[in-house]
Amino acid sequence: MEHAARKLEPARPMVAVPVAPPVPAAPQPAGLMRQARRRFALYRGRLRALLLAALSLAAFVLAWHLLTKYRVNIYVRFINVPSPADVLDSARRAAHDPRFLMHLALSCRRILIGFSLAAVVAVPLGLVMGRFRIARELVFPLTEVLRPIPAIAWVPMAIMLWPSNEESIVFITFLGSFFPILINTLHGMAMVDPVLVRAAQCLGAREATIFREVYFPAALPHIFTGLTVGMGVAWVSLIAAEMISGQFGIGYFTWEAYSLVQYPDIALGMICIGVLGLGSSAAIRGIGRIVMPWSRA
Amino acid sequence: MLAPTSGVALKGLVEVSHFGLAYDTVDGDVEAVSDVSIHVNPGEFVSIIGPSGCGKSTLLNAVAGFLKPTSGTVAVDGEPVDGPSADRGMVFQQYSLFPWKTVRGNVEFGLKMKGRDRHNRELAARTLLGLAGLSQFENHYPDRLSGGMKQRVGIVRALATGPKVLLLDEPFGALDAQTRVIMQQILTNMWQRLKISVLFVTHDIDEAIFLSDRVYCMTARPGTIKAEIMVPLERPRQPAMMMSSEFLALRRGLMSLIREESLKAMGGEISDGALEGLSIDLHGQSLADVL
Repeated sequence: MEHAARKLEPARPMVAVPVAPPVPAAPQPAGLMRQARRRFALYRGRLRALLLAALSLAAFVLAWHLLTKYRVNIYVRFINVPSPADVLDSARRAAHDPRFLMHLALSCRRILIGFSLAAVVAVPLGLVMGRFRIARELVFPLTEVLRPIPAIAWVPMAIMLWPSNEESIVFITFLGSFFPILINTLHGMAMVDPVLVRAAQCLGAREATIFREVYFPAALPHIFTGLTVGMGVAWVSLIAAEMISGQFGIGYFTWEAYSLVQYPDIALGMICIGVLGLGSSAAIRGIGRIVMPWSRA
Repeated sequence: MLAPTSGVALKGLVEVSHFGLAYDTVDGDVEAVSDVSIHVNPGEFVSIIGPSGCGKSTLLNAVAGFLKPTSGTVAVDGEPVDGPSADRGMVFQQYSLFPWKTVRGNVEFGLKMKGRDRHNRELAARTLLGLAGLSQFENHYPDRLSGGMKQRVGIVRALATGPKVLLLDEPFGALDAQTRVIMQQILTNMWQRLKISVLFVTHDIDEAIFLSDRVYCMTARPGTIKAEIMVPLERPRQPAMMMSSEFLALRRGLMSLIREESLKAMGGEISDGALEGLSIDLHGQSLADVL
C-alpha cells in the first residue's frame, strides 16, 4: 500500500485530474491512425504467411535443384534423382499424354466413389450409433477391432473378395476413409450439448425433429473434421492399393515409372498425388464453410 | 396479483403439490426435494430462492417436464405435466441458442415446430425481437452476440410459442451486475406486456424481490419451502426502488432466511460464530501469536 502510494506521488500529484478523458478532438485522428495501422498489421500477417510459404517452397525446389545438379552422394544418393527441370519437362509432355491423364482421372474416380460410399455409410451409422445406445453397444466393438487394421493390409483379402481389381481398389479406399469419418461423427454426437436438446424439447420438437434439427447440425463440425481426415487417408490407401494391385491410376503410374526407368515420372507422380490430396482436402473444407456458415473455423 | 381478464379464460396456473424427488445412488435414495407445494397464479411472477443445491432447479425441471416427481404432482391448468412441451417455455442458465441458426432462426424454431407458415413466423419473431431491442441483430449467429443479448434471444425464443408459463433457471447468473439489472427490467417489461405466468429460479435476493409478486424461499437439502414472501412493491418497478425502505426491509428479511440455510448447506462446521472468530478460544493471545 505505502509503497504503491509513494511510487504514484511524484508522477501525478492530483490523482483525479489526469484520469479525465483527453480533449475530444485528439483521439479522433489517433484512433484512425491506430485503426489503419492495425488493419495493415492484419494484412501484413496474411502477406507474411504467403511470402513465407512461397519462400519455403522455393527453398525446397532450390535445394532439390542443387542436390541433383551436383549429383550429391553423401550416404543419401542423388545420382539418379531427376532434377526439377527434368520433372517440369516430363510434366509438359504428360499434360498432352492421354494415357497419363487417364491415370489421373481414374485415381480421382476411385477416390470419389470410395470416399463418397464411406461418407454415405459412415455418417448415418455414426449418427444412429451416437443417438441409440443399443446400436452403439452392438457395432462399436466390431469397429474397434477392425479399425487398427491399415487399409493396405486389406489388399490380399480385397483381391479375394471382389471380382475385379477396380472394385478391390475402391474397397480399400472406402475402408481407409470409413473409420475416421465414423469415429469423428460418433465424437460429434457425444459432444452435443444436452441443453440444446432440452431447449428444443421445450419448444415442442419431437424425437425425429430433434435428430434432424439439433443432433445433426450440432455434430456437423465434427463430421467435417472426419471427412477431411478421411479424405487424407483415402488417398494414402488408394495409392498403396494402386501400387500393389493396380494397372492404372496415379499410384500405378508412379510405381511403373520406376520399373521403366522413367525417373522424372516418379517425381511427377508424387507431385500429382500431393496436389490432388491438397485439392480434395481444400474442397471439403470449402464445402464445410458453405454448409456451416455459422462456424468460423 | 391476477392478470387482467380480457374475455379469454385465464391460463398459466401452475400447481405443485407435495412434490418430492429422490435420486437413486449406491448408498440408497438421496432426497433432493421433499414435500414442496407451490403455485403460480395466472399472470403472476413468482421466484424461488434458496442456497445452492437446495433443489430449486430440480423443482423447475420437474415443472418443465424433464424430471418425473417421485412423490406428489405437478400440473399446469389442471393438466398433469407429462414431459416437456411448448406450453412451458424455458430459459436456461447456460446459453442454449442453436449456434447454427441466426437470431431470428432461433426465435422461429418453436413456431416452426407448431407448423406455422413462414410469413407468420417472421412476423411474430420480428415483433418479439423488437420488443427485446434485438431487431438489428436478427440475422446474426449467436456466437457474435454478448451474453446479455444471448439470454434476451433465449427469453424471446421461449416466449415466441405463446407458452402458458415461462420458466427461468438462473438466466442472468452468468452476466455482470450492470447487464443483469438491465436484463431484469427488460424481462419485467416483456412480462407486463404479455401477461404470462413466470416461475423464476435464482439465488440473488435483490433479483427475486425486484422481479416478483411472490418469493418462495427454500431450505437446504432436502429442499422444502421455508417461507413464502409477498412483494407489495408497486409496478412498474424501477431500479431506484431497490433503495427504498420497503425493498430493504424485504431484503433484510430474506437475507437472514437464506443465510441460515446457506450455512446449513455448507455443512455443520461453519456457524455465524465461527465466521466472526468468536468460537475459537485463543487464551487471551492474538490470532497471529497462535499461528
